[in-house]
Amino acid sequence: MTAHSDFPAHSAFPEPIEEAPEPYEHYLNHKYGLASWLLTRDHKRIAILYLISVSFFFLLGGAMAVIIRLELTTPEGDLVQADIYNRLFTMHGIMMIFFFLIPSIPSVLGNFLIPIMIGAKDLAFPKINLLSWYIYAIGGLFTFYALLTGGVDTGWTFYAPLSTGYTNTPVVLVALGIFITGFSSILTGLNFIVTIHRMRAPGMTWFRLPLFVWSHYATSVIMILGTPVIAITILLLGAERIFGVGIFDPKLGGDPVLFQHFFWFYSHPAVYIMILPAMGVVSELIAAFTRKPVFGYHFVAFASIAIAVLGFFVWAHHMFVAGISVYAAAIFSALSMLVAIPSAVKVFNWTTTLYKGSISWDTPMLYALGFIGLFTIGGLTGVMLATLGIDIHVHDTYFVVAHFHYIMVGGAIMGYMGGLHYWWPKITGKLYPKFWSKVGALTIFLGFNVTFFPQFILGYLGMPRRYHAYPNEFQVLNVMSSAGATVLGLGYLIPAVYFIWSMRYGKDASANPWGAIGLEWETTSPPPVENFDKPPVVTWGAYEYHESRVQPSLPPPKQEVMRVT
Amino acid sequence: MSPEAHSTAIGPRGVAAAHGSTEQGHTGAHPPRLAHHFDSYAQQRESASLGVWVFLVTEIMFFGGLFTAYILYRSKYPEAFIAGSHQLDVMLGTINTAVLICSSLTMAMAVRSAQLGRSKAIAGFLVATIVLGSVFLGIKATEYHHKWVEHLIPGHDFHLEIDHLPTHHGKPVASELPSGVVGESRADVPLPSAGPQDIQAHTQLFFFLYFGMTGLHAVHMIIGVGLLVWLIRPSLRGMFDGNNHNYVEGIGLYWHFVDIVWIFLFPLLYLVGRHG
Repeated sequence: MTAHSDFPAHSAFPEPIEEAPEPYEHYLNHKYGLASWLLTRDHKRIAILYLISVSFFFLLGGAMAVIIRLELTTPEGDLVQADIYNRLFTMHGIMMIFFFLIPSIPSVLGNFLIPIMIGAKDLAFPKINLLSWYIYAIGGLFTFYALLTGGVDTGWTFYAPLSTGYTNTPVVLVALGIFITGFSSILTGLNFIVTIHRMRAPGMTWFRLPLFVWSHYATSVIMILGTPVIAITILLLGAERIFGVGIFDPKLGGDPVLFQHFFWFYSHPAVYIMILPAMGVVSELIAAFTRKPVFGYHFVAFASIAIAVLGFFVWAHHMFVAGISVYAAAIFSALSMLVAIPSAVKVFNWTTTLYKGSISWDTPMLYALGFIGLFTIGGLTGVMLATLGIDIHVHDTYFVVAHFHYIMVGGAIMGYMGGLHYWWPKITGKLYPKFWSKVGALTIFLGFNVTFFPQFILGYLGMPRRYHAYPNEFQVLNVMSSAGATVLGLGYLIPAVYFIWSMRYGKDASANPWGAIGLEWETTSPPPVENFDKPPVVTWGAYEYHESRVQPSLPPPKQEVMRVT
Repeated sequence: MSPEAHSTAIGPRGVAAAHGSTEQGHTGAHPPRLAHHFDSYAQQRESASLGVWVFLVTEIMFFGGLFTAYILYRSKYPEAFIAGSHQLDVMLGTINTAVLICSSLTMAMAVRSAQLGRSKAIAGFLVATIVLGSVFLGIKATEYHHKWVEHLIPGHDFHLEIDHLPTHHGKPVASELPSGVVGESRADVPLPSAGPQDIQAHTQLFFFLYFGMTGLHAVHMIIGVGLLVWLIRPSLRGMFDGNNHNYVEGIGLYWHFVDIVWIFLFPLLYLVGRHG
């Protein structure tokens, strides 16, 4: 069924804004033409530009994953040989991490929603926002060109001296692509921080901010502190490769481990750039579909900040076997485990929010629940890997591969998909079919687990990562994994089809199809160009699903406009 | 900063908007030079200023990578770093430091003039800053040229004359280092002390960092000079006043940051081992 009535009406919650008379002017129809998109400074349109471009890279990265899994169905290297295989997994990682996961939620959903959620007309720097998309696109073109000319084979980690002295693939080209794209990430983070500080509507105090905004604030902090470090690392890598100066080359007195320190100083916090926004999405979804305020709002908000801060002190847990001292390893091991605390605070608070909530099983909620389960598995195996002894045993095996796919695919992409399903009616003004979206969510969940759970076992049994061939006894689990990947791939196609379908044929969405609370649901779907017809004044906290908001006869008491600092 | 700036600082929209219109006395829909998504000059100003500060944080992290590499290799190869440092021209470095500090003064004067809305003064101070910045870059270019002539550019042609190795009271400086700097057993067990070949390689590392750090700094200077040139026209047109001086202030902050980077680079690169 595709009817509007599929979405829960929740008549108990009056829609604060009357349905706008058709046709009304909104951000999608106030101007037409390619130039109106490519020169737009509207954060909502820029979010759409990002949506299209990250989807392109998701498709590319996914296509490479398909070939990888196909190759691994048999123990021999029959589809591709080592050389091509190395390029495949390298480019898969680069595309997925730098060009899909890092920009996905912040640049699409964050870009679209943060100004609306805080009651602003736009981000603080609309031109810089557009610039960030162009920078992203240019970096993407570099990388895409490198892919067409054969790609690199160093692994997405670019470890020296393999990347600086030995490989014959275009490392500098791809590194330049990542360098350029990094600035788009920096500009997005900068824009979010200034926007959240300076653009909040009257009455929108820090502790009335939706948790989505809090988690994006924490993400932005990581973006501006971490990304410049990968930028300088790439410059050094390029200098080393082009001029042979020896900064990472032991023959000339350099230190290859320094590269790993630099690389992981950014790339570990980058994992939190991917997962924190997804956590923000999940907080919104859990509240909306249990009709309850998020349990321990302050703790969840500060847990985001804590993850961002702690995330900068754990990087060397990627280097336990790289020759760092045992003392350093022990300290980084302990610090890494600390990250589990704020992560667990979040998981416990979400589950506590579920308790006695009136839960509805809408599609976004399915993704949110999937996130909690998969993130927990990914997180707990992360604690295992932070343990020195276990890490040395399973280092560079499929256990690690499974672990980070549980975090990145099971966590970040589940959150992204959940958010996309939750806000799709707001973004496009259209509803998607309820039945098919649930089928899609379940297919993805099933496919994901069948793909990656066997990899935990494979890794524990000792199958190393990054090889195109393996001993016969690993075949059964590998075939399972490949079969799961097929299901997972189909699962991703289902939403792609009905999302595109819904843009033309979907029923029009009301301003608040979920009956949820939040400024984004107080404006029309899709929102007008400047987001609100009247500048909002906020007199309630986030997620106040209770009586005073429900009964129109009891309007919320007129409150003095709070000073926003 | 004008007094209104403080009274409306980051105020809530309603209040700030009211101030915006009184500050302005403008009756139109939206005051000039106030972007559509801001409610008041104060909000616009505060956003711009915070934006620049956040940007400078990213710059600190960016340079931070090079400083980390410097710390690591200097503690690993102190002799080579001293040898390399002795190849640099302290006199030119000192002059450049003075030039840059003066340029920061003129930049600060330009920002002050912008806050007061004195168009000609802004332009004058901007020109002074541009001249000083260009003098700095000119001296830097001369230094680079000397290094080129002396084969001190890292790469194939790098060659450090061994008799350039610094001495102190007739002894090589390296032997004067306190034991424990390089290896704990330095005093009793003669470590395979850095031979001439190693000194060559490690000094090359110093020069790579020298060119990397000062080069990146110079790129920032060039961008800064470009921004200042770009500022002259709008300031002569009277675009800047108490309400709207974000560009001058933001570029000023950037200029001071680049100045401060040099304040760190100068002692690290030029003055190593000259304390004896």
